[in-house]
Amino acid sequence: MAEKVLMKGNEALGEAALRAGCRHFFGYPITPQTELSAYLSKNMPKVGGTFLQAESEVAAINMVLGAGATGVRAMTSSSSPGISLKSEGISYLAGSDVPCVIINVQRGGPGLGSIQPSQADYWQATKATGHGDFQLLVFAPSTVQEMADYVSIAFDTAEKYRVPAMILSDGMMGQMMEPVCFPDNAEVKMVEKPWAACGHENKRPHNIVNSLFIEAQELEKIVVERYKRYETIKANEQRAESYLTEDADIVLVAYGASSRVARSAVDAAREMGIKAGLVRPITLWPFPVNALEATVATAKQYLVVEMSMGQMVEDVQLVIGRRKPVSFYGRTGGIIPTPEEVLEQIKKLAGKEA
Amino acid sequence: MSTMRTLLAGFGGQGILFAGKVMAYSALKEGKELSWLPSYGPEMRGGTCNCSIVISDKAIGSPQVTAPDVLVAMNRPSLDKFVNAVVPGGIILVDSSTVDVKVERDDVKVFYVPATKLADENGIKGLANIILVGKLFKETNFVSAEMLDAGLQKCIPAKKAAMLDTNRKALEIGMAN
Repeated sequence: MAEKVLMKGNEALGEAALRAGCRHFFGYPITPQTELSAYLSKNMPKVGGTFLQAESEVAAINMVLGAGATGVRAMTSSSSPGISLKSEGISYLAGSDVPCVIINVQRGGPGLGSIQPSQADYWQATKATGHGDFQLLVFAPSTVQEMADYVSIAFDTAEKYRVPAMILSDGMMGQMMEPVCFPDNAEVKMVEKPWAACGHENKRPHNIVNSLFIEAQELEKIVVERYKRYETIKANEQRAESYLTEDADIVLVAYGASSRVARSAVDAAREMGIKAGLVRPITLWPFPVNALEATVATAKQYLVVEMSMGQMVEDVQLVIGRRKPVSFYGRTGGIIPTPEEVLEQIKKLAGKEA
Repeated sequence: MSTMRTLLAGFGGQGILFAGKVMAYSALKEGKELSWLPSYGPEMRGGTCNCSIVISDKAIGSPQVTAPDVLVAMNRPSLDKFVNAVVPGGIILVDSSTVDVKVERDDVKVFYVPATKLADENGIKGLANIILVGKLFKETNFVSAEMLDAGLQKCIPAKKAAMLDTNRKALEIGMAN
């Protein structure tokens, strides 16, 4: 067993990328993801990879498109306003079926916002990271260990379906240190990429990686085929953790940083005799419908906790419908809710119930 | 101790984050769950800096310490800001050479250590932070002595090995006060 070390979440993402066989990183500096770029600028050259600080976010994401089109594992990272700048390129990546990993260490918004942790880019990540009909795989780690683990899962899943993947993190997860363990000699499973534009040496027809299809019929056919892949992803790739939900009257739903706060509040509620539990989505797209559905028969009500004005709450409502009440509690702008605040909400709801 | 939530606070440059890292690595060596969360926002530009450390036997929820069991205050603004957040029965550790007021609460244990002055007098200027970690160790035994030393060793890079002895000295001074 490898030794546990202390790392910031951002650094763990960087180390995990190297171990996942990523040898091409293109970025542009922004707080609070800086340590990730710094880590890779130092360590990527040591493994013979390319670390490139581009002239802008737009350039960086298009470098990911170019590198990814040749079949290599390419990555970029940014924080909220930077992801907005990358969104055109992300749409091109999705429209070209080029797998890659995009990291968003979210900060407060809109606009330049704040540099404090936030989860206000949920809609952007899961609904509209750019123009056109498309989805990204979206992973939401909630510990530094998961920050490390989900980089290779993101690459593997992205390559399996030829869909770009995003790790939706935030300033708290990026800046905090926790013990993290990287397995010794973990094998990188590189899949065959017969579609890659990596030189045909006159031995096969040449590949074209492209998102421009002038003929509407052709484009529709491609998009419909892609949506069949999305259906497979929805069926196979949902991930969530359920904590104390079996007998819970009040089920909290929270991901990433806010799930840590929610978990503390659930523990405190349990100590007071309130049966609270937590469903923690790990994939935000595909949304873990099954894990939530599994609680509907026993839960009396739901409380969604986010560091936003309420975005994921709509996906929870889509699953629960009118069967059970769904409430929301959030802080925004870069404020992390406290466990005490969330506990107050749980107590209020428990009171309503009586 | 199942869970100890500590908030270290002071000016930038006083070694708040480093002191937190020593605690965190000691807890790691002890086999505990832990989290270390720095303040990195605009408040740092105002000169104050704080660091949340949670050490626990079980998985840690929120890493942000809003109701500390232990507050280490290395300047007046930090004490003013967090004194009332400390849980009843908690511990407040004050660097009395940089903070000129007393804590006006009777439901917490307060220890005054002139850490900055002690560091200067003992020729280890700048190690008031580690003196306070030593005092914190004496009052809470948050890890074993052996693991505290192991944690310290992890935090001092090999090329600065000479710093290990001065840091050990700082821990000893903290434990003696």
